[in-house]
Amino acid sequence: MRSDPAEYQLIAPGTVAEVIRRLADEPGGWLPIAGGTDVMVQYAAGKLSARRLISIANLPELRGIEVLPHEIRIGACSTYTQIREHKVVTEEFPLLARAARWTGGVANQNRGTLGGNIVNASPAADSLPALLVYEANLILISVRGLRTVPYLGFHTGYKKMQLAPDELIQSVCLPRCYSGYLHYARKVGARNAQAISKVCVAALGKLRESRAVDVRVALGSVAPVPIRLDEIERVAIDKPLETDVIARCRAAVVRAIQPIDDVRSSARYRSAVAGNLVVEFLEQLLASGKTT
Amino acid sequence: MNSPARIARNCEVSLTVNGRTETVRAFPMERLLDVLRRDLGLTGAKEGCGEGECGSCSVLMNGEVVNSCLIPILQAAGTTLITIEGLAAGPHLSQLQTAFLECGGSQCGICTPGMILAAHNLLSKNPEPTLGEIREALAGNLCRCTGYMQIFEAVLQAAQRVKGA
Repeated sequence: MRSDPAEYQLIAPGTVAEVIRRLADEPGGWLPIAGGTDVMVQYAAGKLSARRLISIANLPELRGIEVLPHEIRIGACSTYTQIREHKVVTEEFPLLARAARWTGGVANQNRGTLGGNIVNASPAADSLPALLVYEANLILISVRGLRTVPYLGFHTGYKKMQLAPDELIQSVCLPRCYSGYLHYARKVGARNAQAISKVCVAALGKLRESRAVDVRVALGSVAPVPIRLDEIERVAIDKPLETDVIARCRAAVVRAIQPIDDVRSSARYRSAVAGNLVVEFLEQLLASGKTT
Repeated sequence: MNSPARIARNCEVSLTVNGRTETVRAFPMERLLDVLRRDLGLTGAKEGCGEGECGSCSVLMNGEVVNSCLIPILQAAGTTLITIEGLAAGPHLSQLQTAFLECGGSQCGICTPGMILAAHNLLSKNPEPTLGEIREALAGNLCRCTGYMQIFEAVLQAAQRVKGA
């Protein structure tokens, strides 16, 4: 049943300072809402349990992409459109630009935000595998100050994360060190726009004389949280990417993931596709002959 | 179970819609779509899915296409909106509207306002789109009449006319 707007409060403070003060005064008392592309869907369906919302959509302090010599800092409320159109993101972090392009249609990309995608914590979120392989750091803000945490390990279980009730994500930092890498991403879904992934993968690799010196693979929609496959990295690094190594990587994928049967796909299909995509990535990496 | 607390409908929001400044009194979580249709009488934006999947409620907010069913009215405060009603200049249709008519891009009409505004968003950023770019830009707008080909053709035609003008 549709929600009754009379039962919901929404406020829109003009500064981040005021938002975090409210969050500190009543931890867990307010649900931040940015572009609304997830929150409003729950609201429309009558499934939004929070009754008091605090808008963070239009705070300039949380928007914009700052390019520094060693990293870029993406304000948490930057939209997918801003991300996919940003020159440095498209050139140096193509996996993130591509994921932004795959998320929803243009109207949702104009509203949906990277920080919202992280906090919404869908196991199928297309942008999160990219953050895992680029080894993003998150800057969190509260009245207690700023703290930086690696995104790897931020999601600890289904919809669980290392974000205190009084904290907001302020920005997402990506180190600018991936030139010379092969960047690989695939989304498998019913269609590209608007379809939630059955499996999505982001991977990075670097070769030296046909040996992998760096290999990173992350998958979405195959476990309660987006996962980075450490075992592949152990199996493949410093080895020539020969058939048996690739086969061992494929077996490692199937062991590491915990896919489920749901409305979008089956565990068996997801398992087979995840393995196939990792093989495709490793074969492309081998073929690319990228060297340092 | 206690019934949830109710708040007063006294959130005053001003915004510019099709060039006019409007002030409405609403609950802050009321959807922009409902305010447009009910309070402002602008029924061009349609409710399809109500969850940001179909694009029939599309409007332009500060020049970008958005789903008005996913925007609480408070977040629209101070913005500049264009709805399908604002695209024509009096009796004169826009190039896109004309092209939709000529190419048969509109049949039952439910998706048409959203399609045209999404196409407008594309052409404002990319005046000479390829067919692939048109398909991508309209992927968030569903049509169950045309099979899409006439719509893509209409957008291509409008782009060519604007270029030739």
